[in-house]
Amino acid sequence: MAVTTMIGARIQRREDPKLITGHGNFIDDVNLVNMAHMSVVRSPHAHARIRSIDISAALASKGVVAVLTAADFKAVIGGPLPVTNAFVPDKRQVPEQFPIAADEVAYAGEPVAVVVAEDRYLADDAAQLVMVDYEPLPAVMDIEKAMEPGSPLVKSDRSDNIGWDAAFPGGDIDAAFAEADVVLKQRIGQQRVFPTAMETRGCVADYIPYDNRCTLWTSTQVPHFIRLFVGGALGVPESQFRVVSHDVGGGFGAKLRPYPEEYLATAASKLTERPVKWIEDRTESLQATTQGRGQIFDVEVAAKRDGTLLGLKFTQLLDIGAYHGVFSAFQVVACLLGGGCYTWKAINARSIGVFTNRMSTDPYRGAGRPEATHLVERIVDLVALELGMDPAEVRRKNFITSFPHTNNFGLVYDSGEYAKSLDRAMANIDYPALRKRQEELRAKGRYTGIGFSTYVEICGLGPSSATAPAAGIALVESSMVRVHPAGSVTVSVGTHAHGQGHETTFAQIVADTLGVPYDSVEIRHGDTGDTPFGYGTYGSRSLAVGGMAIMASCHKVVEKAKKLAAHAFEASEEDIVVDQGRYSVRGNPGEAKALAELAFASYGAGLPEGMEHGLEAVSYFDPPNFVWPFGCHICAVEVDPETGAVSIDRYVAVDDCGNVINPMVVDGQLHGGIAQGISQALFEEVQYDDETGQMLTGTMLDYLIPTMAEMPHFELDRTVTPSPTNELGVKGIGEAGTIASSIAVINAITDALTPFGIKHVEMPARPDRLWSMIKEARA
Amino acid sequence: MTQSVAMTINGRRREDHVEPRLLLVHYLREVAGLTGTHIACDTSQCGACTVLIDGEAVKSCSVFTVQANGRQVTTIEGLAEDGVLHPVQQAFWNEHGLQCGFCTPGFIMAAAYLLKQNPSPTDEEIERGLEGNLCRCTGYENIRKAVRSASQAMNGTAAEPSAQLVGSAAAPVED
Ligand code: FES
Ligand code: FES
Repeated sequence: MAVTTMIGARIQRREDPKLITGHGNFIDDVNLVNMAHMSVVRSPHAHARIRSIDISAALASKGVVAVLTAADFKAVIGGPLPVTNAFVPDKRQVPEQFPIAADEVAYAGEPVAVVVAEDRYLADDAAQLVMVDYEPLPAVMDIEKAMEPGSPLVKSDRSDNIGWDAAFPGGDIDAAFAEADVVLKQRIGQQRVFPTAMETRGCVADYIPYDNRCTLWTSTQVPHFIRLFVGGALGVPESQFRVVSHDVGGGFGAKLRPYPEEYLATAASKLTERPVKWIEDRTESLQATTQGRGQIFDVEVAAKRDGTLLGLKFTQLLDIGAYHGVFSAFQVVACLLGGGCYTWKAINARSIGVFTNRMSTDPYRGAGRPEATHLVERIVDLVALELGMDPAEVRRKNFITSFPHTNNFGLVYDSGEYAKSLDRAMANIDYPALRKRQEELRAKGRYTGIGFSTYVEICGLGPSSATAPAAGIALVESSMVRVHPAGSVTVSVGTHAHGQGHETTFAQIVADTLGVPYDSVEIRHGDTGDTPFGYGTYGSRSLAVGGMAIMASCHKVVEKAKKLAAHAFEASEEDIVVDQGRYSVRGNPGEAKALAELAFASYGAGLPEGMEHGLEAVSYFDPPNFVWPFGCHICAVEVDPETGAVSIDRYVAVDDCGNVINPMVVDGQLHGGIAQGISQALFEEVQYDDETGQMLTGTMLDYLIPTMAEMPHFELDRTVTPSPTNELGVKGIGEAGTIASSIAVINAITDALTPFGIKHVEMPARPDRLWSMIKEARA
Repeated sequence: MTQSVAMTINGRRREDHVEPRLLLVHYLREVAGLTGTHIACDTSQCGACTVLIDGEAVKSCSVFTVQANGRQVTTIEGLAEDGVLHPVQQAFWNEHGLQCGFCTPGFIMAAAYLLKQNPSPTDEEIERGLEGNLCRCTGYENIRKAVRSASQAMNGTAAEPSAQLVGSAAAPVED
């Protein structure tokens, strides 16, 4: 009779059988009868005026159905791409971006025409024949030069190249600096990186003529968001526009906005009266899918001689690209989190968003929090080095220790035990032994280093109390829980899984909360046709916000089931007790009804008077606060001074995401997240030519995505400090690994190179960079 | 302009007329309807398209269909036999060796080939054997584990699977 406890159990994923046998349903697997293929003609120039476009040769090419340009699309697409007005109270310039350029292009890769043909080979053939006459204009590539008055403009519709300029004052900064024994300055970079989901973007649009009805299959993290905006621009009401996002091969933040191609394919389907498929190839993806980071921080810190941190001043210069990403301004959250897990008298931050002739940046796993962690953890190490203190001690001395804690910007950290995760990580890696070994090896001319990253992050986007004033939106999440007559349960959610395993973990939650067998619960997501409106999956929000929406519906179902039980037992509702899905009258547990029996009754005759039939509920959850995961990562490296090569000897992480639903899934999220941060620290960098704005890392040959051989073994451990702000006590874990890891690696490398007098290393710490630094230091 | 080809895919013979430029991966996906083989790059880097040709792992994006004429091709759909998962498939499931699952068919095919060549690879040999495959989700930790555990299973030295089976009694995680 006992129902097993599913929450917290290591359950194998139910998503996997189809995926390991080749039966997934990814975007390129969607094929419709009479479907045509779209190929996008893109600008080869970073900045140019379009004099004319000659489509005649392309039109005459074999198998071509249509060749379409901005003029054709203007007739059917009613508006520009959306931009979220997030977190930027001060100066703001929001130029409009139409999904396809008409007379001026502002980044290499911007769409200028599309070809629709009978198959993808023929579409690509004809795309080569579209003749565009460009007048090249100066490309604005350097963020700092772009800010200078009189700089050439990124596009002629701008007054200058500033997208925003926002100040975040957090306390009396002058007073904090006045107390300082030491003041240090450092510039810290965040190179642009490609999110690089292994599945590129793509979509299939099926517009039904004369019915104004459309289905759009697309590889996205946010199907409801896509429906709202693409449907809106095309004039198809939500009731007639269905967006389907089945299996999605990774997102990492790069699939959380409506993209030009989704508008273009839908419009092309409408114009050609054919279903139209567009699949991005990798080279296109590297040009035309949003990129991450792209920031420079100028930081100044004030501290006392005993290691007490006092004040922090910094400016974030953010390379927006040619147009705002939908959520690019969200990345100013780096300013609000720049103080990390430490107490500061004051923090004064400023964020300037600058346009350049590049593809837009937008959130990439962590979005603002990896930058904040990298900044503050680097600075703390610089303070430790300057004062001759152990980096762990400076951290410990300044940790926030009582919760809830209101930070310098009024954000409230829910719960934390920062020293506990630091201690645990230090014990797991055997810190004293590692330091001793470092000393011994140094005597032999070998350079090892130990790097700390004690992080806190903000996730669970987002309480409307915070998002409404900042961005005018309420990022709530939704669920519908329906118990069928014979007792199986369908749960539809507004979030979207693309590797996170929600079909398994959400079912674990429902099984426990309703007291029904795990196998009887089906989780549905990714189809606006049968899920309630939701904002989708990003910002590590699906569990803390989406999971709570599921809980809310389950509770409503249980409440109704209690009424049904009271009626069945002719007892009063107050006397009904529920134990693991069995409903009985207090004192008589032997005579109990399972939820399935009550569900059956709910659809039948003889209901209590006034009760509606059925057993189901819909809920929207607006969280009372964000949630604040934290932890400590320690990386041990060795740098070969002759080659500059870095090898990671150990990587130890102790993370705390509150209560855990499925430890296997949590560990998996950490593995992938840590790997992406390590990869940014060591390998990845999007490069454009400084003069021409041409993409130099345009294929996977040029852009280094690590293989298994480059990734170390991750030694994971956790502490559990439940969030007091939600009933599940959960936080989020999708981004924590990435938020913590880049700086653990960089601090380790810097530590290894201290004997050379090297105090700071920029990312990516590629061998050539380190080799040159060591060579210079030795000279 | 088309050429005739005949090959055996997952034990079934098929004949078609194809353009000489048609890549094998497109033939498998679009003509034969086997969409389990994926495409994640255009420069032969990612290995998502890995299939076996006459038992040897090949990136099907770097082969023309006509080059596979007369050959035996095995795709991810043909790896399980009589409804029983190949040990590598089972190990990926047990060890959480996949998240989004997009790279997974390629990894499984490459790993199956690796273990056929070398039934007990060291970690270094696993890394070298799978260096032609990219995954962006897993950090490779559990893929490495899955290949090790598949190797043990195939050699009859398997430990208990470390993940619990669906629906079995499950204890709450301890901390
Ligand atoms: S598709 Fe990337 S190697 Fe074949
Ligand atoms: S599981 Fe997503 S790319 Fe490997």
